[in-house]
Amino acid sequence: MADFSSPLRRLGHLTIEQLWRLGFATRFFFALLVYSGTAFRRFQLTLREVYFGGVLSLVIILVCGLFVGLILGMQGYEILQRFGSSEALGTMVALSLVRELGPVLAALLYASRAGTSITAEIGLMKATEQLKAMDMMAVNPIARVVAPRFWGGVLSMPVLAALFSAMGIFGGWLIGVVFIGVDDGAFWSQMQASVDFHYDILNGVIKSFVFGVAVALIAVFEGYDSHPTAEGVSRAITRTVVNSSLAILALDFVLTSFMLRGN
Amino acid sequence: MNRTVIDLWVGLFVAMGIAAVMFLALKVGNLSGAQLVQPYVLTAKFDNIGGLKVRGPVKSAGVVVGRVADIQFDAQSYEAVVTLNIDSRYQFPKDTFAAIYTSGLLGEQYVGLDVGGDERMLKAGETISKTQAAVVLEKLVSQFMFNKAAEGQNK
Repeated sequence: MADFSSPLRRLGHLTIEQLWRLGFATRFFFALLVYSGTAFRRFQLTLREVYFGGVLSLVIILVCGLFVGLILGMQGYEILQRFGSSEALGTMVALSLVRELGPVLAALLYASRAGTSITAEIGLMKATEQLKAMDMMAVNPIARVVAPRFWGGVLSMPVLAALFSAMGIFGGWLIGVVFIGVDDGAFWSQMQASVDFHYDILNGVIKSFVFGVAVALIAVFEGYDSHPTAEGVSRAITRTVVNSSLAILALDFVLTSFMLRGN
Repeated sequence: MNRTVIDLWVGLFVAMGIAAVMFLALKVGNLSGAQLVQPYVLTAKFDNIGGLKVRGPVKSAGVVVGRVADIQFDAQSYEAVVTLNIDSRYQFPKDTFAAIYTSGLLGEQYVGLDVGGDERMLKAGETISKTQAAVVLEKLVSQFMFNKAAEGQNK
């Protein structure tokens, strides 16, 4: 073991280590794309991952969406009624959910609900040398194990984000119209007047797709790259949550700055 | 290939997703409402369009009858040339008056068509000759201030 006692040395080691990982992650991503054929030819494999990642995340996504909508409804009403424009509640709830909160929160929830389990599964497969065994049997583990999990995540993410937004808007409606008593017609008509299908809804779908790629890639990569020990797998899971949260928020900033053209 | 229970759940998941997107598109967005039926084009020149934007509504008697298709600047006359897509169900007389209004105090700006009494109708591609520019709040305020100042001097 080399001596990493001096801070400068440690910093250099850390930087080179990270660059190494980044390069490996890029190569891994391309290998994943190249061997993705199996994930679509044997679609049953991907479907199974959509079930475990997407369908089983439904409860948390729907409940969280509902609560976020309820909170937005209450806070939005409190702020808007100061300006005497509580009818704009529908606009506020819908725009903030469809543009930002739906894709971002659904992706964060997906990363912690499904991303972690993907990392743990692949990490344990590596620790128990199942991946090596597959390689010995001339089954490519990237094609058989990694690619279906990746595409399962990518396909589930836009659906989950759309459900999150729809549920949140329902929650905002519940608080605003049913409990507080904002006019029902004004709530929907102001919303319809200001939410544009291409500009707001499709951009939200694009966002959730990009987040899906990022979260699924980080989850499978951290699992594949984990140290094959119990501690290594636990560290990989932590890194999945931390890195995907950072990636989601950073990507959200970049995508939003591209999408908002100020008109 | 055999059907499995997972297929059913994934099918349900996808169906819910499609339902959510449809809900967002039709109920939340404006994809269903105000689809123009075979729109025809009218143009109008304004001295000042204020904050009018492309895809803004064109209203007559408060009803949306079209959308703003394009906004250009005419370098010869130094006016804004606004192209309007009007629903072909509606025809407007030659002496229709186009003005830019604001919906509410802080709302979006729209083109209002006030109908005249001419027998002949505007045809596709024609220009609305009678227009009124958007009201610029700063001009109104400064006019008011100057008037007040002038009143003060006369005393």
